[in-house]
Amino acid sequence: MTLAATACLLATGPTTRTAAETHGFLSPTGVEIAFVLVGLVTFGAALVTVTTRQLVHAALWLVVTLGGLAVEYLLLTAEFIAWVQVLIYVGSVVVLLLFGLMLTRAPIGRSPDADSGNRWAALTVAVAAAAALVWVVVDAFRTTWIDLDGPAAGSTEATGASLFQNWVLPFEALSVLLLAALVGAIVLSRKAKAAAATAAGSTPDTRSTPATGSTPGTGRTPAPGSEKEGTR
Amino acid sequence: MNDVLDVILRLLIVFVVFLTFPLIIGQTEHKVMAHMQGRLGPMYAGGFHGWAQLIADGVKFAQKEDVVPAGADRRIFQLAPAVALLPYLLVLLAIPIGPDEGAVGQVIDAGVFFVLAVMGVGVLGSLMAGWASANKFSLLGGLRTAAQLLAYELPMLLTAASVAMAAGTVSIPGILDAFEWWWLPWQIVGAIVFFVAGLAELQRPPFDMPVADSEIIFGAYTEYTGLRFALFLLAEYAGIVVLCGLTTVLFLGGWHGPWGADGLGWVWTLLKTAVLAFIVIWLRVTYPRLREDQLQKLSWTLLVPLSLAQIALTGIVKVVIQ
Repeated sequence: MTLAATACLLATGPTTRTAAETHGFLSPTGVEIAFVLVGLVTFGAALVTVTTRQLVHAALWLVVTLGGLAVEYLLLTAEFIAWVQVLIYVGSVVVLLLFGLMLTRAPIGRSPDADSGNRWAALTVAVAAAAALVWVVVDAFRTTWIDLDGPAAGSTEATGASLFQNWVLPFEALSVLLLAALVGAIVLSRKAKAAAATAAGSTPDTRSTPATGSTPGTGRTPAPGSEKEGTR
Repeated sequence: MNDVLDVILRLLIVFVVFLTFPLIIGQTEHKVMAHMQGRLGPMYAGGFHGWAQLIADGVKFAQKEDVVPAGADRRIFQLAPAVALLPYLLVLLAIPIGPDEGAVGQVIDAGVFFVLAVMGVGVLGSLMAGWASANKFSLLGGLRTAAQLLAYELPMLLTAASVAMAAGTVSIPGILDAFEWWWLPWQIVGAIVFFVAGLAELQRPPFDMPVADSEIIFGAYTEYTGLRFALFLLAEYAGIVVLCGLTTVLFLGGWHGPWGADGLGWVWTLLKTAVLAFIVIWLRVTYPRLREDQLQKLSWTLLVPLSLAQIALTGIVKVVIQ
């Protein structure tokens, strides 16, 4: 049990049991209130992520969003999933994203071109996906309540047992999918390299352009230059 | 009420450790480096062998003006030191120093995952600092930090997974309870890989390409002054404490020792941590800085295969002894 959850348990210790019997929406427990508040913060951060005009700020708001999700997992007693969420998404995916931004263009201040004409289509898709997910989750777990006093339902042991006893096939299928993506990425990068090498062999003067042709903007301005572009 | 008091007391102790241990390591570094190079190091502050040098440094840092460059992204620039420092405070909570319930800040079920996840977040602080400073050298430093983290996170995770496999649990006290002396030769490759990858994640020499003071003027921290700069330095030394403590509890058996196991376990933990911290300082004085490509090569062609081999070995031995 983590500190946050312990603190919540401490705060609501005597009332948890009675609330667990009635499950009234009008008498929420401390954990439920915390869950809703963190959910609101996460939602707000997610909104800012997609609406802000400052690229790096968007990435940093994404950190808040993903961290908020991890806290929600914690409050649902899924401790293992929460740490994996922090490890993979906050620790690696966002760092990779920031690395990519800094390597290409990450001006300080607003980017005038950080907007898309597809904004309404994107909004429609997002709302549809959210509605579908909410509907599925509500339909699946309508009357299920997590017993906070009992053994943690999402402990490492419980997660591992259910993953490798009931869900082995999807797990393995996913790992094969990831392996395929990995091999594909290597093949693609090697092909680009080979193409660049042959192009460089024919025209040695323009060696940098074919290599960056597939990803526009990468080699156009070096990172410090684009950063200066933003500050001036 | 007793529980609340207990929580507050634990937090307080961890906080005190967090504030004092990095200073002790910093002072040791001053002295050890000096003696290895035939100097005396700080001798005046505080009287006895310059013991108060770092306190004097702290006072000096606090007096300096807190400058934010005009072109910088103000809020992120100011937030970065906190993001760099706080994760190490959280990690310290999960490192046990003794066998009983009272000797750890907080028992965490998936402790190994917790510490590695939270340590990875600390690097975001350097990235934010590097970007928000509006300085070429800072941005270069930030880029190098990110590249280094992406390369060294993997071997660190894999070797930690190897220990977790050996113990059959991801809880740190659980791993220590399962520890036997012969794990030391069994997991030695993993231990070395973990320690080296951890050094790289902390950007300590010889892996200090991202801060390379003689080339890119301290990288992401170029524009920082006063207390904020001091916080980054504190984060580095707190990182040493955390890394040495983690290597101790995961690979060197923490409180287990040849004798005096009952009651004196915490002495063993501290002793092993101190020896590892000495090695960190020693490496700084001994090795030249690795170039960026050498750095990447070391990780991808040496450490990752070694850690995979360690996992295979762990798996085989585990199956055989069952």
